[in-house]
Amino acid sequence: MKFALNIGFSRIAIELKQLLRDREATFWTLAFPIVLMVIFGSVFRNQTLGTLEITFSQYFVAGMIASGMLYTSFQNLAISIPQERDEGALKRLQGLPMPKTSYFIGKIGLVFVTFVGQTIVLIITGILFFGIDLPTEPSAWWRFTWISLLGLVSCTLLGIAFSSVPKSGKGASAVATPIVLVLQFTSGVFFFFGDLPSWMQNFASLFPLKWLTQGMRSVFLPPEAAVLEIAGSFESARTAQVLLLWLVIAAVLATVTFRWNRRGEN
Amino acid sequence: MTNSDLAISARAVKKSYGSTQALIGIDLDLHHGECLALLGPNGAGKTTTTEIFEGYRKRDSGQVSVLGVDPSHGDLQWRSRLGVVLQSAHDLGELKVSEAVAHFGSYFRDPAPTSKLIESVGLIEKADSRVRSLSGGQRRRLDVALGLVGNPELLFLDEPTTGFDPEARRQFWELIESLKARGVTILLTTHYLDEAELLADRVAVIAGGIVVADKSPASMRAETLRTATVSWQESGETKSVETNNPTQTVLELMARFDQEIPGLSITRPTLEDVYLQLVGSHYLGVK
Repeated sequence: MKFALNIGFSRIAIELKQLLRDREATFWTLAFPIVLMVIFGSVFRNQTLGTLEITFSQYFVAGMIASGMLYTSFQNLAISIPQERDEGALKRLQGLPMPKTSYFIGKIGLVFVTFVGQTIVLIITGILFFGIDLPTEPSAWWRFTWISLLGLVSCTLLGIAFSSVPKSGKGASAVATPIVLVLQFTSGVFFFFGDLPSWMQNFASLFPLKWLTQGMRSVFLPPEAAVLEIAGSFESARTAQVLLLWLVIAAVLATVTFRWNRRGEN
Repeated sequence: MTNSDLAISARAVKKSYGSTQALIGIDLDLHHGECLALLGPNGAGKTTTTEIFEGYRKRDSGQVSVLGVDPSHGDLQWRSRLGVVLQSAHDLGELKVSEAVAHFGSYFRDPAPTSKLIESVGLIEKADSRVRSLSGGQRRRLDVALGLVGNPELLFLDEPTTGFDPEARRQFWELIESLKARGVTILLTTHYLDEAELLADRVAVIAGGIVVADKSPASMRAETLRTATVSWQESGETKSVETNNPTQTVLELMARFDQEIPGLSITRPTLEDVYLQLVGSHYLGVK
């Protein structure tokens, strides 16, 4: 176990080094959600929600921070792991005395650092342009921390599991991106969740993103915004349960379905 | 079958992909300290065979022992005794050569010292260069360095010099010679007969999923001397005779022409001819 951890940390360092040196990839990872945030945020800046003094822009900023979690973990890995498979990187690792867990640890670390970087930029943009306030309550920050951790780890493992689906690195983006988009549309990122048809709300409630967006609203919107939620509250306990369940499912899926080689090559 | 003298021992190894039988029954031994070259046309089963030995693929049946372990159940301890140099990796582009070597060395308890290893593969001037800036030959040498980083007992080299210029190949061969001198056991897959003849102690030819020949390069070379083709010009066309006694043939011709024999030549089959005959006769036999 100690061995797996040591190599895992060594993998985090090497993964980060490779990402940060690829300046183009780093730039777009950070820039894309900001571009989206600025466009959507600017369109709906005067549209208030209900009778509250909360604009859809603010609602959307919380949703984008949650989406950033899905971008940096699920979408990123579902696309980059098939590419690594094509490049021969995974086959190399398979031939080395490296525990599979170390590879997963490396990915979780990579995702974690990328998420922190992206979230800092998104929060600053939200504060400067869309009137988001940083929470002052320690309890809100505590919520932010556990929601992020649970969300990141489960979506990272889901990304690892999903990386076995695309046949090649070339097609990976075409397979993974629509899933993220559909979840964003149905989970209350691009639209106000309360306006969605109930079947769509029920569908979204099965997946992590709905709970992550709701969780981020509980952090970045004032407490009175809870009335905007379907349940009339931010459902912290429920969020924790759903995310934990996904974490277990994702860990099993990632361990069972992960493959070093392309399909048909064994 | 666990013979401790053998680094690799394979008996009746079979493997099918769907309805295609890739391996019909491979028998192969590799002794410790030996360098075995695996030759064969594309699709003959070379890669499937080596990847079964490396633990990348599962066989359908037969027995395999690699360093005393069944590769389909090889653990990390077993892996740490192997070095695998794959055919075409183009990963690690953003890392420096020295970073890549040091990183993968950290997976082993007793890795080769980074700078010494880089020097031994002739990349010392490139130690601080990004991997993506390396030429094809340099890249292959880095792959070999990464295969050697754990001081393996057994090294797998899969077509290591494909795409090399002659100078790079010569340098590469020197590197392999130095590994052999250190007692590393090597399984080399290659398309080049000269490479096999120069480096290998033994050559195994795989065709159609079985080993059709398993002999020393010298005995393969000896077969080139068994027959000769004598050809000459007569009444405006080229005639030729294949014979085991070319001198006799020439004597007869001399008597017939009573002067200089026009266009006389005596040719021996090349190593390549011997190889092609081995492979070809197998495929003819199958049909």
